[in-house]
Amino acid sequence: MKILVCISHVPDTTSKINFTDGDSKFDTNGVQYVINPNDEFGLTRAMWFKEKQGASVDVVNVGGAETEPTLRKALAIGADSAIRVNTEAKDGFQVAKELAKVVKDGGYDLVIAGRESIDYNGGMVPGMLAELTNANFVTNCINLEVEGTNATATREIDGGKETVATSLPLVIAGQKGLVEESDLRIPNMRGIMMARKKPLNVVDAANAEPETASIKFEKPAPKGAVTLVDAGNLDELVNLLHNEAKVI
Amino acid sequence: MSVLVYTESENGKFKKTALEVASYAKAVATQLGTTVTAVTVNAADTSELGNYGVDKVLNVTNSTLEKFSAKSYAAVLKQAAEKEDAKVIVVSQSADSKYLAPLLAVGLNAGYASNVMEAPSSTAPFTVKRTAFTNKAFNITTINTDVKVVGLSNNSFGLVESSASASSEDFSPTLPEAGVTVQSVDKATDTVTIADAEIVVSAGRGLKGPENWGMIEELADVLGAATACSKPVSDLGWRPHSEHVGQTGKPVAANLYIAIGISGAIQHLAGINASKVKVVVNTDPEAPFFKAADYGVVGDAFEVIPTLIEKLKAFKAANA
Repeated sequence: MKILVCISHVPDTTSKINFTDGDSKFDTNGVQYVINPNDEFGLTRAMWFKEKQGASVDVVNVGGAETEPTLRKALAIGADSAIRVNTEAKDGFQVAKELAKVVKDGGYDLVIAGRESIDYNGGMVPGMLAELTNANFVTNCINLEVEGTNATATREIDGGKETVATSLPLVIAGQKGLVEESDLRIPNMRGIMMARKKPLNVVDAANAEPETASIKFEKPAPKGAVTLVDAGNLDELVNLLHNEAKVI
Repeated sequence: MSVLVYTESENGKFKKTALEVASYAKAVATQLGTTVTAVTVNAADTSELGNYGVDKVLNVTNSTLEKFSAKSYAAVLKQAAEKEDAKVIVVSQSADSKYLAPLLAVGLNAGYASNVMEAPSSTAPFTVKRTAFTNKAFNITTINTDVKVVGLSNNSFGLVESSASASSEDFSPTLPEAGVTVQSVDKATDTVTIADAEIVVSAGRGLKGPENWGMIEELADVLGAATACSKPVSDLGWRPHSEHVGQTGKPVAANLYIAIGISGAIQHLAGINASKVKVVVNTDPEAPFFKAADYGVVGDAFEVIPTLIEKLKAFKAANA
């Protein structure tokens, strides 16, 4: 089985979010970048398929050279090779079209992406990629088993979960549950050394056009001070929630 | 042309988010000077939709659609959009609608903006405000294609009633091979889900162990609320992953979010930021959550919560 794991290069979850250039660009100053957490759960599940079922695992990112350390980290975790599509990621549709070319050229059976990136939260690339490559698609995936060309997956739904039967070629959008947090792997020295020798292929973009454009960013209005209620006077809290906040 | 809206139903009854996306579609249609067409699947009575601005309903009744399939539902909406010559298609951000929207966008060659918060600030160019960086910021985005798909964040626009009546016609689209077949659904039917809840009661490590969740469930029960938890609590296995809210968990956009024994890590606050009113109960007055909350109680949850339950029961009894 040939697996492709899509890796988004995103600010660490503790990053301060600021903007520059008239609030049109994300301020990368002092920001640490990581593998998108939803993608890392998928990468870790892919490692399981590699070790138990002999799958090959490539990773891919659509972006500039600045994303290569993130791809190297994925190689250090255990992916066999990396592909970087050399173009700026502008919107979900454009990224999906670039990835579709990589999937077709590489003949991948299973594509594992994250439910959403934690920066733009578009939640659209995996589904678009599935549709563009004529593959089956399962989102919010919290369990995945593959036997031959048949797959069983569990998807989180509002208020529960749903188990589905499907088949390769398949795209899944993973999240926590696909593996547990404790299953995530921190690259060891040997992995980091080996990653330096693994191929990281830079490929030309298909020059897909975006269909949306980011104009500017805004930050939420600063929050007013908290109203403290004495623990011995909870009638006041009920009163405030009813009469002031009007939420009960 | 019209604005097309997918109004989701469950067991024949419309979800609150369906009425919200209908209200939103009406606002967009008014800006564009056109009408609203809703698509329903196996809904029993569609007359309610007129109260939220829908002019026309396309009723799809098909037993193979009883179990959700993103591909089939996307095909239904694509054919409805083509039939109505719709230029804007509005969906909610329920699990199912988020699943089908990217497929629909590809099918219609449409630009798609998800997590949209407000009616468009302009229709030419079509400009929307959406959340990004997990609610730490907003992103003003234009959709530049002829046909546009808008995913409206739950509980962002609200319900807007209008006194119209919707005409209704049957619609029988052709269905594709689904490719993904539902085998089983495991869903609690008697509890409120985080996605649909107006009130969410959430607890963290301050509760000391899973055996202490009884009072959290009781508080949720009194308020008709959903229960949720912090990331450490789900990582420790005290509560299921499905209750984890935050940056890598579920987003919460409730009217009232009550956080008990949760210190308020930046990742947690990001996930709940879209909630309107936040109440925090914590023993530590320095907990970062107090800076993000509207109302705070510094105190021991094991004393505060049982008392609060009694006070709320008395309030409910007095206001019943």
